[in-house]
Amino acid sequence: MYHFKRFAASAVIGLWATTALAQDSITVAIQLEPPNLDPTGGAAQAIDSVLYANVFEGLTRFDADGAIIRGLAQSWDISDDGLVYTFNLAAGVTFHDGTAMDAEDVKFSLDRARAEDSTNAQKGLFAGIADVTVVDPLTVQITLDQPNGNFLFNMAWGDAVIVAPESIENIASNPIGTGPFTFTDWVQGDRIELTRNADYWGPAPALETATFRFISDPTAAFAAVMAEDVDAFIGFPAPENLPQFEADPRFQVLVGNTEGETILSTNNKMPPFDNVLVRQAVAHAIDRQAIIDGAMFGLGTPIGTHFAPHHPDYVDLLANSPHDPDRARELLAEAGFADGFTTTLKLPPPSYARRGGEIIAAQLREVGIETEITNLEWAQWIEEVFTNKDFGLSIVSHTEPMDIGIYANPEYYFQYDNPEFQALMEELNATTDPAGRSALLARAQTIISEDYVNGYLFELAVATVAKASVQGLWVNQPTAAVDLTGVSWSE
Amino acid sequence: MIRYALGRLTSLIISLFVASLVIFAVIEVIPGDPAAFMLGVNARPDTIAALRAEMGLDQSVVTRYFDWVTGLLRGDFGQSWTYKTPVADLIADRIWVSLPLAIYALILSTLIAFPAGIYAASRRGGPGDITIMGATQLGVAIPNFWFAMILVLIFAINLRWFSAGGFPGWGDPLQAIKALTLPAIALALPQAAILARVMRSSLLDMLGEDFIRTARAKGLTRRQALWRHAVRNALIPVLTIIGLQFSFLLAGGIIIEQVFFLPGLGRLIFQSISARDLIVVESVVMLLVFTVIVVNFAVDLAYAAVDPRLRART
Repeated sequence: MYHFKRFAASAVIGLWATTALAQDSITVAIQLEPPNLDPTGGAAQAIDSVLYANVFEGLTRFDADGAIIRGLAQSWDISDDGLVYTFNLAAGVTFHDGTAMDAEDVKFSLDRARAEDSTNAQKGLFAGIADVTVVDPLTVQITLDQPNGNFLFNMAWGDAVIVAPESIENIASNPIGTGPFTFTDWVQGDRIELTRNADYWGPAPALETATFRFISDPTAAFAAVMAEDVDAFIGFPAPENLPQFEADPRFQVLVGNTEGETILSTNNKMPPFDNVLVRQAVAHAIDRQAIIDGAMFGLGTPIGTHFAPHHPDYVDLLANSPHDPDRARELLAEAGFADGFTTTLKLPPPSYARRGGEIIAAQLREVGIETEITNLEWAQWIEEVFTNKDFGLSIVSHTEPMDIGIYANPEYYFQYDNPEFQALMEELNATTDPAGRSALLARAQTIISEDYVNGYLFELAVATVAKASVQGLWVNQPTAAVDLTGVSWSE
Repeated sequence: MIRYALGRLTSLIISLFVASLVIFAVIEVIPGDPAAFMLGVNARPDTIAALRAEMGLDQSVVTRYFDWVTGLLRGDFGQSWTYKTPVADLIADRIWVSLPLAIYALILSTLIAFPAGIYAASRRGGPGDITIMGATQLGVAIPNFWFAMILVLIFAINLRWFSAGGFPGWGDPLQAIKALTLPAIALALPQAAILARVMRSSLLDMLGEDFIRTARAKGLTRRQALWRHAVRNALIPVLTIIGLQFSFLLAGGIIIEQVFFLPGLGRLIFQSISARDLIVVESVVMLLVFTVIVVNFAVDLAYAAVDPRLRART
């Protein structure tokens, strides 16, 4: 009997140990549900959040720190004139439907993305491609119109993933990629399920299954994590609750950077903002830390220009616009607005804009600028502010990585028109040498900072709350992605 | 009875027509171009124009209204702009969450309200009556989303008896019902409070009527008179409330579905409005209006069944 008891006990322990070892599934929550599952045909970031690096892969990819690393292309050669990129593809790669991935698929994907009738939301990434040639099944040659220092970076975007002609028709509901996870189910409104791809060409992921859930309500998000319904919440919507999770040994809190430069967008063509003195006055009226503390519960890094502070080429230009209400009033007087003026402040839905807007309105009132706040939904914001340029000020986070080039487009909604900057961007596009690019990027950051094009507020942070034993999650969001390839459970 | 039903039916059809006009007009004036919104900030104008044409937005408002209504009459709800699937499929998926939830909540609310209302009426002025009326006062005053959060806090976060939200699907009916339990309670209790008050006051009115006195005079006890005569007659106002409540529970679950992140109709409307998927919003709202009007029609017919005078009058 005694022996039996001991045997039973060890069997139970053995069983317990197996279940502990067998923890190979994860439930991840994000805020928004993807509208469809085609990363090459829509602007919604949630599509990439679920599928990037998990289901779909491109020639190159972003790693957790935003560096460009190998993807389906294992190596590449760039011709001396910077015009011809020869990519050597990984061997033995198959799509999830069993068909082989080869150079023809790369040609198909890129030609499709840059075609006349393409609905790719980032068609600009492919604009410089003159020709895509299949050399042999594992070699593809891409010729550009002119040298483009950003080309490998462009190919890492979720919009540039490699898809197959055999499965393209139903990609929106049944995505077939080459990644380490296959798509298994989508219960619309509730969850998306992925399963490990047994035939994956690269190192196998630790997880067997992954479930994505979509919870946008901050209270519901808090409850779901606390009740341990979800194992990790990427982009947790309630920063005010983070200290509570930090204090709870069951959870870990990761705070990282995104590529989102949050700015006080300023209509550079609308008086009085066409006067640089007025824009400078606005910049000095802003107290960045008060906005970060008040609107973002302390999460966010102050920026002095339109560039991600974690990027190696970032230049700290905060000294151009320290918080100085007296200086702001002087500048306004100098510009002829000693008594201040009234303008509009149009705010999209995110809390950085709605909460930040109230704080900025108060700071501007300090120096004599009155704002009429209007709250807009995204669709309204795109129409009124972005398309019709009917605004004085707005607050928005520009989440595309490395997007300083928008300042070279005088038609862009904040309407900054500076030929010097435009020439600089053309030079940058033609420069592939890293040191030369760094110098040009530094110059670009300085020009827009000294022109006070927009009020530069802070780099948007991203908070992840996860169970303490989940490891391998991305801390930063160099692109919208929840890369599960390196995620596992400790113990 | 037939004339009565026909009269009700005519008013049903007119209501539906007016509702379709109002819904279409209101949703059309929501600002924001759906095509521009869907393609994001980097889209080119010609791509947006192409998408507008694909969605039929380049046609006149009258044409689009006509197409929509004739589609509805044929049972064709159109194609969702964002999900790229038929709206009917989306509704079919979601209705299996919202409808059971509404029925579940209605059953709970009735099961609580009837005994509570009848008990309070039969013990008028006693401590039981005062306690129940106090509790219903509280029930009416508490907003259901707040109550939902309290339920989550207690039963999901602290006790871990239920999950905080989500819906596993009907593959395992027990799990599905379990997932709907907290939302159903959150929806049902405020409704039960209203229903119990109506039941009580309606019964008390009846107890003061001549026919109850007659029944008592014939020798029935107070309790017998209550059960045999008063309850049946008190049901008319109660039925009205139940009819209204069912419509409310079906359409008004939006907030509760958000709190429990349930994939129901309310959440579909919510997501579709923010994604400017106007065709989905129009069709789902129309479906809800249709349900409300049909339920009211059924309630009208039920009156006639309960109260013969209504049949005779028209």
